[in-house]
Amino acid sequence: MSQVQDYKSRLSDPASRKFGTFSYLPAMSDADIRKQVEYIVSKGWNPAIEHTEPEYAMANYWYMWKLPMFGETDVDRILAEAKACHEANPGNHVRLIGYDNFRQTQGASMVIYRGNTK
Amino acid sequence: MAKTYQAGVKEYRATYWEPNYTPKDTDVIACFKVTPQPGIDREEVAAAVAAESSTGTWTTVWTDLLTDLDYYKGRAYKIEDVPGSDTEFYAFVAYPIDLFEPGSVVNVFTSLVGNVFGFKALRAIRLEDVRFPVAYLTTCDGPPHGIQVERDILNKYGRPLLGCTIKPKLGLSGKNYGRAVYEALRGGLDFTKDDENVNSQPFMHWKQRFDFCQEAIEKAQAETGERKGHYMNVTAPTSEEMFRRAEYAKSLGTPIIMIDYITMGFGATTALSKWCKQNGLLLHVHRAMHAVIDRNPHHGIHFRVLAKVMRLMGGDHLHSGTVVGKLEGDRTATLGWIDIMREEYVKEDRSRGIFFDQDFAYMAGMFPVASGGIHVWHMPALVTIFGDDSVLQFGGGTLGHPWGNAAGACANRVALEACIKARNEGVQLEKDGGDVLREAAKHSPELAIALETWKEIRFEFDTVDKLDVAHK
Repeated sequence: MSQVQDYKSRLSDPASRKFGTFSYLPAMSDADIRKQVEYIVSKGWNPAIEHTEPEYAMANYWYMWKLPMFGETDVDRILAEAKACHEANPGNHVRLIGYDNFRQTQGASMVIYRGNTK
Repeated sequence: MAKTYQAGVKEYRATYWEPNYTPKDTDVIACFKVTPQPGIDREEVAAAVAAESSTGTWTTVWTDLLTDLDYYKGRAYKIEDVPGSDTEFYAFVAYPIDLFEPGSVVNVFTSLVGNVFGFKALRAIRLEDVRFPVAYLTTCDGPPHGIQVERDILNKYGRPLLGCTIKPKLGLSGKNYGRAVYEALRGGLDFTKDDENVNSQPFMHWKQRFDFCQEAIEKAQAETGERKGHYMNVTAPTSEEMFRRAEYAKSLGTPIIMIDYITMGFGATTALSKWCKQNGLLLHVHRAMHAVIDRNPHHGIHFRVLAKVMRLMGGDHLHSGTVVGKLEGDRTATLGWIDIMREEYVKEDRSRGIFFDQDFAYMAGMFPVASGGIHVWHMPALVTIFGDDSVLQFGGGTLGHPWGNAAGACANRVALEACIKARNEGVQLEKDGGDVLREAAKHSPELAIALETWKEIRFEFDTVDKLDVAHK
C-alpha cells in the first residue's frame, strides 16, 4: 500500500474553492467544451452563458452574458458567445448552462473557462 | 326496491365478486398476489379479500341495511394467473374513494393491508401495487420540495448528488463524528448522513451531534465554495421529541433533516413532512424495516407500494436500493419503483412490475437514494441506472479509502464527474466505464488508489424477491 497523502485543501487558499459540476476534473479543452455544447443541443435545452468573479462564485446569480440563446442549435455560434464572454472577462469563471424549460431546471451547468484564483 | 334482512353467512362472492365491473377513475384500485388455502376457489377468495379490506365481515348484520353497501363495498373485479406460479393468483380490487379519509395514507393502509392479511382462508397475501386516483392523491401534500427545488436550493445541476453514511454507525462521540463529516464534505461530497439507527444514544446525544455536524458543514462550505448538508436524523421515541430535534436543527440553519419512516410511523412522517414544507428544510427518508414487509415474494407489501405512499406522505429523498451493491434489489423492478418516485406519469408496465397507470398530477418527485455496499467501480453502472436525478451514497466506499475520508470523497467525486462528462460525450458507460475511470485516475491520485483498493469486491448473490415471470 502506498504512503498516505495529505488532502490539499485550505480555507486560506482560494484555489481550493470548487464551482460545481466538472470542477473536480482538469480544465476543459476546446474539444471538450464543444462536446458538451453538442450534448446540450441534442437534449433540446436552451444554451446560456454566465460569468462571475471567482470570489463570488457561491452566489445563486452570476452575471448573465446577454440573454439565454433560446432555440439556438448552431454549436459554433454558441461556442463563439462563450469565447466572447471569456475574452471580455478573462479573470472570471465562465459557465455554460443548458436550461430545460419543460422541467424548469438546468439540465447541464458547468464552468468551461476557469477564472483567476491565485 | 328495499332489501329484506336475512341473518346468516353468505358466500363472499355473492356480494363482492363483480367480474363485469369497470373501475371508475375515482376508485382506488389494488392488485394483491394471493396464495389461498387448498380447496378454496379463486373467486371466493378474491371476493373475501375485497370484503375484508373494505366493508365486509363474516356474517350478515342488520345494520348493513341502514346504508348503501353496494356503493361502499370494495369489489374484486378481475383475477389473473401469476406467471411462473401454480399456487398463487392476482386479485384486482376496486374501492370507492369515499372509503378513505382524505390525505391519510395511515387510513388507506389500515384498510388495504389491515385485518385481511391475517385472514384464515389465505395462506399468504401480498399487496403488489395500488393506483391512487388523482382526486385522492391531491389530498396529500407530497414531497416538501421536490427534485427541481432541491437542486435550486443546493445549486447543483447536471449530475447525481453524492452522499456518504458516517461509519461506524454506532459508537462515535459527537466530536469525532463531526470530524468524519467534515472530512467527507471537504473532499467533495454534497451530503453526509446519519445512519438510520443513530438517534440519541448514551455515547452521543443528538444535540452534540447536530452542533458538531453543523460546524463541519459550515467549514466545508467555506473551504470548497460549494453547498453542503448532513442529514440530521430526527427520528425519536415520540413525535414531540422528533419535533424538538427538528426545531433545533432549523435553528442551526442546517438544510436537511432525516426520518426513518417505517419505524417512526406514517403519522409522524406525514406530520414532519408538512413541517419541512413550512420551514424550508429538505427531508431525507430512510426505509429501515422495509425488508420485513417487502422482501417475501408471497406475503407483505411490495416496495413499489411503500415508495408510492412515501411520495404521497412527502419525502425529498427516499432510499431505493442500488441494484449493484450489497442489498437486495432486482434491476428492472428497481427501475419501476424509481419511476414511481420521480415521474409525473407512470404507465402500466408488467416488465417493470407496474400494474397500473399512475398519474401523479402536480405532485413533486423524490430523489431515489442508492446506498449500501457501493464503491467507485460501480459508478458507471449507477450513473446509467439512476441518471442525474439521484443521490449516490458511498459509506465504506468513501470512509474506507486508504488515505481517509477527504481522499475517498474526492475519488468518488472525480469518478462521478468523469462518468457524467463521458456520458454527455456519448460514451456507453456500462461498456467502457472502466476505461473512463482509469483515464480519470491519471489526474487524480485519490481515485487511482481507490480503484486499486476496491477492484475485487463483488456482491453476486441471487435476488430473493424477483419479478413474477414464467420460467417453465
